[in-house]
Amino acid sequence: MSALIEFHGITKSYGQGQARFQALRGVDLCIEEGDFVAVMGPSGSGKSTSMNIIGCLDVPSGGEYLFHGTHVERLDRNQRALLRRHYLGFVFQGFNLLSRTTAQENVELPLLYRGESAGRRATAARQALQQVGLGGWEHHTSAELSGGQQQRVAIARAIATRPTLLLADEPTGNLDSQRSHEIMELLNSLNRDQGITVLMVTHEPDMAEYAKRVIHFRDGQVEQDERLRELAS
Amino acid sequence: MMFWNSLLLALREIRRNLLRSFLTILGIVIGVGAVITMVTLGNGATQAIKDQVSSLGSNLLQVRPGQRMFGPGGGGAPQFKLEDVKAIRQQISGLAAVAPQVSRNATVVAGTNNWSTSVTGSNLDYFTAGNWALAEGRLFTPEEENAGQTVCVLGATIQKELYGSSSPLGENLRVKNFSCQVIGVLKAKGQSGMGRDQDDSVIMPLRAVQRRLLGSRDISNIQISVANADNISRVQEQLTTLLRERRRLGPGADDNFNVLDTRQIADALSGTTQVLTMLLGAVASVSLLVGGIGIMNIMLVSVTERTREIGIRLAIGALEREVLLQFLIEAVMLAALGGLIGIILATGASVLLAKLMQVPFTFNPTINLLSFVFSAGIGILFGYMPAKRAARLDPIEALRHE
Ligand SMILES: Nc1ncnc2c1ncn2[C@@H]1O[C@H](COP(=O)(O)OP(=O)(O)OP(=O)(O)O)[C@@H](O)[C@H]1O
Ligand SMILES: [Mg+2]
Repeated sequence: MSALIEFHGITKSYGQGQARFQALRGVDLCIEEGDFVAVMGPSGSGKSTSMNIIGCLDVPSGGEYLFHGTHVERLDRNQRALLRRHYLGFVFQGFNLLSRTTAQENVELPLLYRGESAGRRATAARQALQQVGLGGWEHHTSAELSGGQQQRVAIARAIATRPTLLLADEPTGNLDSQRSHEIMELLNSLNRDQGITVLMVTHEPDMAEYAKRVIHFRDGQVEQDERLRELAS
Repeated sequence: MMFWNSLLLALREIRRNLLRSFLTILGIVIGVGAVITMVTLGNGATQAIKDQVSSLGSNLLQVRPGQRMFGPGGGGAPQFKLEDVKAIRQQISGLAAVAPQVSRNATVVAGTNNWSTSVTGSNLDYFTAGNWALAEGRLFTPEEENAGQTVCVLGATIQKELYGSSSPLGENLRVKNFSCQVIGVLKAKGQSGMGRDQDDSVIMPLRAVQRRLLGSRDISNIQISVANADNISRVQEQLTTLLRERRRLGPGADDNFNVLDTRQIADALSGTTQVLTMLLGAVASVSLLVGGIGIMNIMLVSVTERTREIGIRLAIGALEREVLLQFLIEAVMLAALGGLIGIILATGASVLLAKLMQVPFTFNPTINLLSFVFSAGIGILFGYMPAKRAARLDPIEALRHE
């Protein structure tokens, strides 16, 4: 298995002068294709910051980030957008669905930006919604869906493009424990059956149990890195 | 591909906010509507004036005593005599018609009906110069004309008012203290440029009117039709020279008559309405500009309001220029839609108002196309700034936005 993500001494600081705050203080990390990683750590330890950098939404202040061997920190805004478009699926902390838009349209959105035809978009979106157990809910708008259903639409949107890497920032943060376990099963099967590399932030230890590897952050650094299950080679 | 996607997204967004979209474009609708209506009506008015002046006759020169161009001729200036008319005929070439005229308002009576009208005395050339055609009957013969017999040709209005649907031919029409025989009726021409009904007149041989109504041999007005339009200014000059000579005006003296080209009146009048049209159009364009600013305002609000949406699009992989294009297309489509609705409303309003104002309605493709393109241009102009602002957003910041 080859390395999908490589962090070499990644730092990230916010603000200037007195107000300067270092969110990441030299992170070294290597995540291989096919892995299922849970990221844990106290609030403010730099989990979301790392996810944003991995997700090419943000750029590091220092260090090197290689995605598939490509130096992301050297890419411009548009090149990073194209990387997101073609390789990444993002499940955001607060769903982030388009309001007053149907589930189907939400899921079709990334396919639209990929330039898929209307027919392919519709099929892929329906499939993805089916996968997250929302078959038949295609034409409901976000406002007509429960929190759990919205979270599943967000996941459907992230996987409809069959991304190489799925990033999920606290995907179960707003859900009850039963819904949370359903989501975890879903991520697990995506990882197992479709070979999608999954990187997920969570606060709950029993959610982290689903992962193959758990990385603990503290004060902008990796504190602990444990492997729960071996990667199938 | 990217264009169609952006178009699709923009369309969805407009449909989702139908009421707001409509309010946004209201300014453009009103602006375009006002511009087109103003210009169309103004052009109609200009056209109406041109039509009416040309219906007076073609290549016409009016010779009147006195210096003023309009108003009753003369003041103290001497009137013309028949000898002047003869001299003009003999000494100036290229004339299609020379019609000396006198008129006088009089009440005419037929049976129990009476009607106040103007009685004009002239010769056969009067009908040539004024482009008059007969509806029925005949014109006077040269003998009747020379003898000044009391025969008359009626304008269409007189026929209608005094005889209704029956034919007046051969009837006797009483004019003041004498009666004359009706020998013909003219085809109707309608209102003239100054709001006068040209068909409201009785025409008799010049001598008859001079003798019976005026008691003098004066001629108050000579109407001259020039055969070839190119010769008008030459004829005008020759007329002036000739008449100055005949009236014995020294080199330093002002003309005590005037020679007027009806085309000049037409040009002067239509020039005025054209200036007015442009002025009104310009005022209306300001409202179009205000409409454009309205679009910019709404688009800016929309960008702020939709910051999170833009963040989502960017995070999902939308390129900067795709977001830019989406917002720009949205603005342009809104503006163009406003332009289109404005054109439709303006066309309806113009047709209606043209009818009310009795001016001809002509669909002017240039001004319609121009307004449409201009409104779309306003969309680009005022949509660009908000669109650029949307596209420049930082995805993480945008996603954080509540
Ligand atoms: N845009 C920003 N400007 C300034 N400081 C920031 C910004 N984003 C993050 N930070 C700071 O960086 C630190 C790390 O933030 P981050 O969001 O990565 O934490 P986290 O581990 O995801 O926490 P949580 O579990 O609460 O989500 C925090 O102290 C936060 O205040
Ligand atoms: Mg976080």
